[in-house]
Amino acid sequence: MTLLADRPAVVEEGSDHEHGAGPSGFLKWVTSTDHKVIGKNYTVTAVIFFLLAGAMAMLIRAQLANPDSTLLSQHTYNEMFTMHGSLMIYLFVGPVAFGGLANYIVPLQIGAPDMAFPRLNALSYWLYLGGGSLMMLGFLTTGSAADFGWVAYAPLSNSINTPGAGPDLWIVALILTGFSAIFTGVNLVTTIYYLRAPGMTMFRMPIFTWNMLVTGILILIAFPVFTSALVLLWCDRHLGAHIFEVSGGGVPVLWQDLFWFFGHPEVYILALPFFGIVTDVIAVFSRKPIFGYRGMVFATMSIAALSTSVWAHHMFTTGVVLLPFFSLMSYLIAVPTGIKFFNWIGTMWRGSVKFDTPMLFAIGFLVTFLLGGVSGILLASPPVDFATHDTYFVVAHFHSVVMSLVMAAFAGFFFWYPKMTGRMLREGLGKATFWLMLVGANVTFLPQYLLGLKGMPRRIAEYAASDGFTTLNRISSAGSVLLFLSVAIFLVNVVVSWWKPIPAGDNPWDASSLEWATSSPPPHHNFLKIPPIRSQRPVWDYNHPEDRIIEHAKARPGGFVASGGVGTVLLADVNVDGEDTLETRDPDR
Amino acid sequence: MKIESYVLLFVGFFFGLVGLVYWLWSHEDAGSVMLLGTFLLGSVPGFYYLWWSRRMRPRPSDDPDATLEDGAGVVGAFPGSSIWPFVLGLGATFVALAFVFGAWTLGVGLFLAVAALVGVVYESRRGGLV
Repeated sequence: MTLLADRPAVVEEGSDHEHGAGPSGFLKWVTSTDHKVIGKNYTVTAVIFFLLAGAMAMLIRAQLANPDSTLLSQHTYNEMFTMHGSLMIYLFVGPVAFGGLANYIVPLQIGAPDMAFPRLNALSYWLYLGGGSLMMLGFLTTGSAADFGWVAYAPLSNSINTPGAGPDLWIVALILTGFSAIFTGVNLVTTIYYLRAPGMTMFRMPIFTWNMLVTGILILIAFPVFTSALVLLWCDRHLGAHIFEVSGGGVPVLWQDLFWFFGHPEVYILALPFFGIVTDVIAVFSRKPIFGYRGMVFATMSIAALSTSVWAHHMFTTGVVLLPFFSLMSYLIAVPTGIKFFNWIGTMWRGSVKFDTPMLFAIGFLVTFLLGGVSGILLASPPVDFATHDTYFVVAHFHSVVMSLVMAAFAGFFFWYPKMTGRMLREGLGKATFWLMLVGANVTFLPQYLLGLKGMPRRIAEYAASDGFTTLNRISSAGSVLLFLSVAIFLVNVVVSWWKPIPAGDNPWDASSLEWATSSPPPHHNFLKIPPIRSQRPVWDYNHPEDRIIEHAKARPGGFVASGGVGTVLLADVNVDGEDTLETRDPDR
Repeated sequence: MKIESYVLLFVGFFFGLVGLVYWLWSHEDAGSVMLLGTFLLGSVPGFYYLWWSRRMRPRPSDDPDATLEDGAGVVGAFPGSSIWPFVLGLGATFVALAFVFGAWTLGVGLFLAVAALVGVVYESRRGGLV
């Protein structure tokens, strides 16, 4: 009764070219509605945007390495930090999580054959690619790309202060990606609600899937506000709507309200998927079930809910927000986040921890996120925020947070790359990536806290030698070189894995959730069979029959699900004796 | 289906409470309206699911003791590969361009989008490409 040996031979031909009709090559890329292909497309596209945005960051750091630097003009510098932020936030960290990894992994983790709406899923990707391309197109216009910062505050973003096609392209691009995200949110929630395998109750789902459910709901709360605010901004710029302009009776600060009602949940739309990755990775490499599973779920939901009621803590200095309310709610977020930290440590506690690359990245996430998170608690206090607002202290805070998420993303890449490609990444190169990234991230961003406390403002292209910012900026720029090297080594790692593959097998990490029950990469419609789901760790229970099943111990014997056919999913029961009962149905009937 | 409804009702409950407190405390319009919208986003589908979950038999995916045989049968029809999402995405991108550079791409975009919509509907009627 081994999971791996029992696979019937039919499967081999079933996996890739079922019914002989599937297109291949370029046509496959353009026409596929398979969540795995779309997930890979998303991941690769997002990583390309990551590299572009990283190159912009290197230019920014090169500019700031010297006082009175003339490497970039002020105008180019504005474009650089705007596009760096926009690409990273809108086109990399979010889409790589909910479009890339979640798209690929969530249906596998719940035993589903695909996402609930495969063609909508494909449309999400094309809107995302179209939007991303339009945003980059700004660099080719006669004016410039968008240069009003990734937050596009009114009145800077009106047609007088930032005229031209570049900012307009930025606006319509984000409307497209906004719709893309909303569709993905709908798809994720529906998939998780309706396509779980029998026995996969809500409280047996892996934490990553739980977090993606909450992220999906959060997308539905946040993105419509932003997308409609962008439409209003476009109307302001082209139709003279005066919604955000004082001259026509509008209210500029309304833009900040609308933007941050999206913007703060967006931070958690970015963060929650990575919390999920880290939770699963830590549990797998500690060889223990997750400590405090329900606490984790509740913490995720609380973080998501609170994150939507703290938007105006970005607006303390506008003087028109209810300081005590937003300050209190911001402090409260520390409680569920603290529960998460406690549970992460509790999961590792007395486990047999293995320090493979994904685990290292997960621990790197814990350390870096703690630094970013604690400085966030400082900023929740209005007096501290008044002093540090729009200084490098804030820059350092959110870069610590986001870099920790990037580390969690790398934990996810290293963890699931074998599942997605059937090849292992090299451990040695992976560890080099990790150490360079951990050291690089902290060398880059810790000095920026000090710069902020010394009074260096955000978004300035130049500073004078007499300001005393030079040394710390040089340290920060040196750190960014380490980050550059770490990403370069990761790319080498990917190339090496294609050049000289090490086959991964179905379950290289001895992991516990359902995606590891199928082959690597999984066949079309994902599962030829599924082990019985009797706990949060169905694959572990199956592979380690000596262990006690922790939930619902009265497991019934036997039972696999097989799937096949492109139009219709067939389910089969293969009982322990290997006797098959198949129910088939003609897809056209 | 119960847990699913509780998740959404949690959203409705939380934002109902927070929205009320926020409105009474601040009398600020924009935020209160957005919180009201979020309250509806959670509570409307949440109550629908709750209402529905009491009238249906638990699905195999709600039942901790369900075996895989309980879920045997057709899960659903999943369309095979389709060109139309790409065409629709391309059309939407061209339409978006029209809002930046003026009208000529609007025609191209709308043509592609309408073609894609027709294509998707036609494809569904035939039961998908496969």
